Parts: sequence; structure tokens; C-alpha cells
Amino acid sequence: MRPEWNEFVGGKWDHEINVRDFIQKNYTPYDGDESFLAGPTQNTKDLWAQVLDLQKQEREAGGVLDMDTKVVSTITSHGPGYLDKSKETIVGFQTDKPFKRSLQPYGGIRMAEKACADNGYEVDPEISEFFSVHRKTHNAGCFDAYNPEMRACRSSHVITGLPDAYGRGRIIGDYRRVALYGIDRLIEDKEEQKASTGRVMTDDVIRLREELSEQIVALKMMKEMAASYGCDIARPAQNVQEAIQATYFGYLSAVKEQNGAAMSLGRTSTFLDIYAERDLKNGVFTEEQIQEFVDHFIMKLRCVKFARTPEYNQIFAGDPVWVTESLGGVGVDGRHMVTKMSFRYLHTLENLGASPEPNLTVLWSTRLPEAWKKYCAKISITTSSIQYENDDLMRVTHGDDYGIACCVSSMVIGKQMQFFGARANLAKCLLYALNGGVDEVSHKQVGPKYRPVEGDILDYDDVMSKFTDMMEWLADVYVNTLNVIHYMHDKYCYERAQMALHDRDVLRYFATGIAGLSVVADSLSAIKYAQVKVVRDEDGVIVDFETTGDFPKYGNDDDRVDVIARDLVKNFMTMLRRHHTYRDGFPTMSVLTITSNVTYGKATGNTPDGRKKGQPFAPGANPMHGRDSHGAVASLSSVSKLPFQHAQDGISNTFSIIPGALGKEDKVFAGDINVDLN
Amino acid sequence: MTKGKIHSLESFGTVDGPGVRYVVFVQGCPMRCAYCHNPDTWAMTDGTLTDPQEIIDNFERNRPFYESGGITVTGGEPLMQIDFLIDLFTLAKEHGIHTDIDTSGIAFKPGNTALIEKMDKLMELTDLVMLDIKHIDPEKHKDLTGQPNDGILAFAAYLNEKNVDMWIRHVIVPGLTDEDEYLYKLGYFIGQFHNLKALDALPYHTMGKSKYEKLGIEYKLGDTPAMSQKDLIEKKKVILQGIKDRRAELNIPHDDSVMLDSTAG
Repeated sequence: MRPEWNEFVGGKWDHEINVRDFIQKNYTPYDGDESFLAGPTQNTKDLWAQVLDLQKQEREAGGVLDMDTKVVSTITSHGPGYLDKSKETIVGFQTDKPFKRSLQPYGGIRMAEKACADNGYEVDPEISEFFSVHRKTHNAGCFDAYNPEMRACRSSHVITGLPDAYGRGRIIGDYRRVALYGIDRLIEDKEEQKASTGRVMTDDVIRLREELSEQIVALKMMKEMAASYGCDIARPAQNVQEAIQATYFGYLSAVKEQNGAAMSLGRTSTFLDIYAERDLKNGVFTEEQIQEFVDHFIMKLRCVKFARTPEYNQIFAGDPVWVTESLGGVGVDGRHMVTKMSFRYLHTLENLGASPEPNLTVLWSTRLPEAWKKYCAKISITTSSIQYENDDLMRVTHGDDYGIACCVSSMVIGKQMQFFGARANLAKCLLYALNGGVDEVSHKQVGPKYRPVEGDILDYDDVMSKFTDMMEWLADVYVNTLNVIHYMHDKYCYERAQMALHDRDVLRYFATGIAGLSVVADSLSAIKYAQVKVVRDEDGVIVDFETTGDFPKYGNDDDRVDVIARDLVKNFMTMLRRHHTYRDGFPTMSVLTITSNVTYGKATGNTPDGRKKGQPFAPGANPMHGRDSHGAVASLSSVSKLPFQHAQDGISNTFSIIPGALGKEDKVFAGDINVDLN
Repeated sequence: MTKGKIHSLESFGTVDGPGVRYVVFVQGCPMRCAYCHNPDTWAMTDGTLTDPQEIIDNFERNRPFYESGGITVTGGEPLMQIDFLIDLFTLAKEHGIHTDIDTSGIAFKPGNTALIEKMDKLMELTDLVMLDIKHIDPEKHKDLTGQPNDGILAFAAYLNEKNVDMWIRHVIVPGLTDEDEYLYKLGYFIGQFHNLKALDALPYHTMGKSKYEKLGIEYKLGDTPAMSQKDLIEKKKVILQGIKDRRAELNIPHDDSVMLDSTAG
């Protein structure tokens, strides 16, 4: 065994790339409470004050403090950047100084230009020329291949948010590999993979060999970038500080090269805890020092920035990076995976204050230790900054070394990746079904010219039959549009850094999504249980509805409508599965528009459920606002009927509640209700 | 089975009994408490007829949420629909569900043997009664609610005799039910009961006011301010003192669990 691995329990991981095996053989579950945690050091306070000041300056400058307009960002394009070198225990910024946004034109030069222009900057004309004339971008590739129907769907927003002009994101490199093995070993492994490819040069083999070569280049650049900060990541990390630093360098390489829609971190805390435990035992570092490393690491993650346009920010409601880190969960052997490091990560919310990034996500299980549950509850109450996901549900499919990309997309770290596929607007699709493919807003023939509904009163069976046909059409054009996008993204904007930290053969999830689930479910329920009369305009296009009578609404644990929602998910997924997917991607679907539901609503006309033109959809799988009248459990129960096997990319439910509605006093929510009784 | 006249169903009740509870709001109440925040449940003629089985089904579907909770029937006045309650709780007990009635006790008539027979049966099926005593003084009670309180106080004694766990709830309204003299008397009265498990002092709030406007009913409390948290804690101490003194007299060991929080909102 290598000297850096002293005292670690060996196993498969010591002779193959296998981080999970290392974790399982070496981690120490922690059942205690948060009393061991250390507060922020003076250096941490000083550095954080600096970040807060930069944030203030950035806000005052209108949202962007500085942008690079000349240097195309790569792993090694920029020299080292610091807040205060003498105080930082974990180092590294995307460019040569904090809060300076990098130039990333491979996704699309026009997007890069616009992101600069909208913020008062101009991309160097030579760069613009180079990426317009000499080097094609992902965006240009997509538009070369799109057919007119795809373009029409894109403009009408029946398919929206497609990653054809920006990085698709959603790929999580196994950044822990950098720490555990060191870059030299990883390069060796990639060389072996390259030697293992087939000898017959089919398209697939050629592409694989080219990609592996790109990955090796990326690994070498990581080493070089780390060296510019005075760090040696060629060899494995020797202690917890080095392990955090190496993990961060892996992640930093990814965000230097990819401005993705979600750039998540993975599941690093329990891995890093193994180093922390060894250092604590040997007196290498104190608890206070280790917390300082974690605080500085998290601080860096809070400073990840991308150059984006106001339109992009509108779709995603802000400027999110989605640095999602998954914490806790339970192992397949039954031991929970909460460690002291899980506490230290959450504790950054106390040491540095509340923050949406990194998106700290607790993999929740009924079998998590009580003290951890209470600490999570406490931090949720004080900071509202924790996301929860159902580990008991996902562990069945993914085991115990998966992570969440973005908000809900689960994938096994280093073994699976995702082709992000935005979403189809099912509410608009329903209106297309009624209008024979004519868009209710533009009046253009976007969908196929099927027969529109006749008469004034909508008949459920007739509408369902037409809606089914229209969904079939939408699934077809949607999947094929994504085929174009992912082909071009691989070709012109390949994620070499993230993929260098994956196995050779990965499972590629071909992700799709739907928006407007509750709008459609309630609309169909209105048609079925109440009387819906259509209102046509002078062109004969149905533009409004008059509904008489009451109807069951999704969100009240009422099967009459919940079954409609459930079947919608299943049926649309079944339709998606019928189509060819790029690189044999495994099709999945999500119901998770947490932020873009507002934008999708804007582009969609009046709907039979009573929602007015332009009004937002409910987020994700949420019931429509105000229609769930039976309390939270009934509302959650409707959502929980959606079948995960047909929405494997995730189902999200945004849940806001005032603390007082959770019971009497904090301690009640933290689980002490029985003090009231006996 | 007797159907209930239901005002509404709340699937996530966190302030009406122990744990997370499925809360059944029944329709109809003979009381006209000045501070009532649910005047829409007064009318005896409204309500959706609901089968007990349907309520149990709703509960069972989401049972994991209610692990430390159960079903609470409130209203309205639950005991006005005693046949429905008996059927509902019979089913609930078959399903091993914790049962709780939130009542004013107004429906209790000590001399009515037919009613007492039913009440005896219901109490065998009831784990907890949250008895809301509006005022300890008979005259003031009548002013406040339009009804006498002798039956209500007798109901507390009856519950004690039946050994059914009891929480006493008391809404404290500034200038109306916050006089120390009566708060102490209330405490002294309930202090005699062994089955008293908790005191839940509830602060008056003004959130019900808009319902009155909507229903076109006069709001008798006008601009009475909401009860502050700080004052509430002081007022609760007075009731607790009454409980302690009575218990000391009767040599009932004082149970610290009767320190139920009075900070409910």
C-alpha cells in the first residue's frame, strides 16, 4: 500500500479505482450530537467578511463585478487567484481573482457575447471571430441539424429550456478520486482504458478513443493547475486538508471548463471524514482546524460564478450553480452513513450563515440516527437552507454511493452521468390537442394538423384521445431534438474534466422532463367532473374556458384526480421510451420545474382548470397554489402517488411552512412532543 | 354507520393534541363564544355528510405521518354528534388509532341517562379529551358563551371518574378571561382531578375576525388586542398555582408534566 494510505483498511479499492469500496471499508458512522463542532476561526471570519464585501460590490455593480473577455477558460488558462493567500487553507478560483467570471464560448459564442454585452462588457473581437468562423460551437451545431418542426416547438415553448445554447451540466465527476488516488494513478488507469478499446474502428470506438485522450489531457491540466497553487495532486492526499483541496481542485477544473445548468459536487463528506478521523487520532489536526478547512472549502463553493444572460437568469430564477452535495443516507449493509463530517458541512451554515449554495442535500431515511435528524431539523429551522431527498426510495435503485445533480437528479457517482433534457410543456400540449396543433398564443400551426375538438362542451373521452395523440407527437419531436443536442454537446463542448473522473463505460441517463403536471391534471378533472365550455376567438381558436360546477383537484389525496396525474406521468414516459436515444441513453423523466414554472406559465394560454393565460404553473409536482385545501399531508400524499419508476429523474415538491404551523415551540418539532403527556 | 356532518378535514394537524394528527372539524355548535375563531362551524344545518369509514381510510392511506399522533375531532362541537363519534372511534380503535376529542363539554347533561349511556360507551373508545373551559365563573361563562357552565364542570368530574386522560384548554383574552382571581379558581378547580395530564393555555388571536365579516356576523370583541406571549406565560403561572395549591391540599403528588407550554399560536 502507498504511504499516503497508512492505517486505512485495504480492499478492492487499493488496486482498482473504487472509491465506494474505500468508503465502506473505512468510514466511521457517528451517532452523537453536534456538541463536538467548532466555531469559525478568526481567519474564517476575516475571509468571509471579504466575500460579503465582494458580494455587496457585485450587487451594487448590477450583478456582475468583473468578466473575462479575452481569455477562453480552460483548466489552466488562468494563474492562481486568492482572497487572502495568508489566511486561506483551501485555495483556488475559476479565474485569477475572485468574482471574475470566466469566458466559456464552447457552448455557444452568441450566448457568451450576449452574457458580456448585457453586463456591459464586450468579448474580444478576435475571440468572436474565431468561434464564429474557425471553430464551431455546440449551439451552432444544434441549429445546423434542427429541422423546422424542432425550431417551431422551441419558439412556441411547447419544449422549453433546452440546453442547446448553454452547457447541459448535470454531470458529477467523482472528484474524490483525485484525493484518494492522485492524478498520476488516474492517468495510468485512463491509459489502460484506452488500450482496452476495440480494434475495429466503428464510430463508437473512434469517439471513445478520442474522448479518453481528451480526458487524459484534462487530468494533466489539473495537475498543472494545482501546481500553480503550490499543490501536488499527482500523488494521493496525505491528510484531510490535502484531501479536501484535491477534491476541490477536481471540482474547480469542471467549473473552469463547463458553464453547466447544474454543476454539482457529489457525495464527499463521508469520504473526507475518513481522513479527518485518521488525522484526529494521530493528532495531525484539531477539530477547530478541520472545521476551518471545511468552512474554507464551502466558502469557495459559494463563490463559483458563471457569465449568464438575463434571459437565462429568468428561466432559472436567479443565477444558480446548483453545487449540490449529498449528505447522510444509509448504506446497503444497513449502517447509516452519517459521519462527523456530515455535521461539519451543515455547521458551515452556522459558521458562515445561511446560503442557497452549495445546495446541501440530506439523503433522508427513517433509519438515520436521532441526533443527526434533530440537528438537520434545527439547521432547517434556523437557516431554511437544507434540501431533503428520500434515500429509502432511491437507495433501492442506486445503492449507497449516488449523488444528486441539480435538485433531484440521482446518479451513481463516477459510474453514471446524465444528458440533461429540460422539459416538455404538457399544459400547452393539452391546448394543442384541443386546437389541432395550433398554438393558442401565436396561432401558428406548430403541432400536427390533427382534428380539433368540435362543439362547445368538452367531452372527457374525446379530449383524452386527442391529448394522447398529441403527446405521442410531442414525445417524438422532444426526444429527437434532444438527440441532436447531446450529439452536438459531445462533439463541440465535451465535459472532459468531469468524464475523466468517471469509469470508461458509464450509464448515460437520457433525461427528459415535464412541466404543468398539476395544471393538466386539474384541467382533465374539470373536463371529467364539471362542465367545461370552450370560448373560441374570431379565428376559431379556443382561447378560454367557462367551467360550471366543482371538480376534484390534485393535492387533496383524492384518487379521482390523483390517478389522472399518476397516469399522465406513466403514459408520457411510456411514449418517450419508444424512441431511439443518443448513445443508447437510458430514458428518464422528471417532474421538477422548481423555478422555471413561472416562465413556462408565461408562454401558455388559459387552461380548463381556471388558470389564466400567463399565470405561473405550480413548481415541480406541486398542486396548484391554493387548491390543496385538506392540509399538508393530503397534499404530500397526492404527490407521493406519482410513480418514481416512471419519473426516475426525480419528483420535486416545494414545501413552505411557517414554524408555528409545525407545532408548539421549537422543541416540539425537534421531537420532544411526549413531554406534554405521560 | 352514522354519518357525521363535517365542516372540513385537515390532514396535518400539529396543535390539536399529541403528534401529527388527522383533524376532523364537525359542523354545528350551540355555543356562541365571543372569541370563537371558527364561526363558520356554528350552524347546525350545514356540513358535508361523511361516513366514518371514509375518515379512517384517509387516515390509513397516510398512516406513516401519524406515527406519534392520531385522530382529533373538533369543530364545531363534536359531542353534538355522539352517535357518529361512537362509530368513528369504534373503527379507530379497531385500527389501533389514538383518539382525541376537543370539546367545550356543553353537550354533557348529567341527568340524561340515555345520553350518559352513550357517553360511557364513547369514553371507552377515547384516549384523550381536551376540555376547553371558557370561564370558571357561571355568570361570566354565560356572558361569554351564551350558555351555563355547570354541565361542563360536571363533565370534567365525569372524565376523572371514567379515568379518561384530560387536557384543559383555556383561551386567555385580554380584559375578558385574564383576571387572576378566576384563573386561580380555574386552576384550583381542575387541580382536584387525577386524570388531568396537561394545561394548554391558548392566547387570544384576531385571525378569526375576517370570517365574521365574511359571514356578516357582528364581532363582539371589536378591537380587543391579541394576547402577548409574555403576558400569557404570566397568566398560565396563575392557573398552575391554583392547580398546585389544590393538589397540595388533597395530597395529590404534583405532576411536573402539567407544565404544558402556553405558547401555542
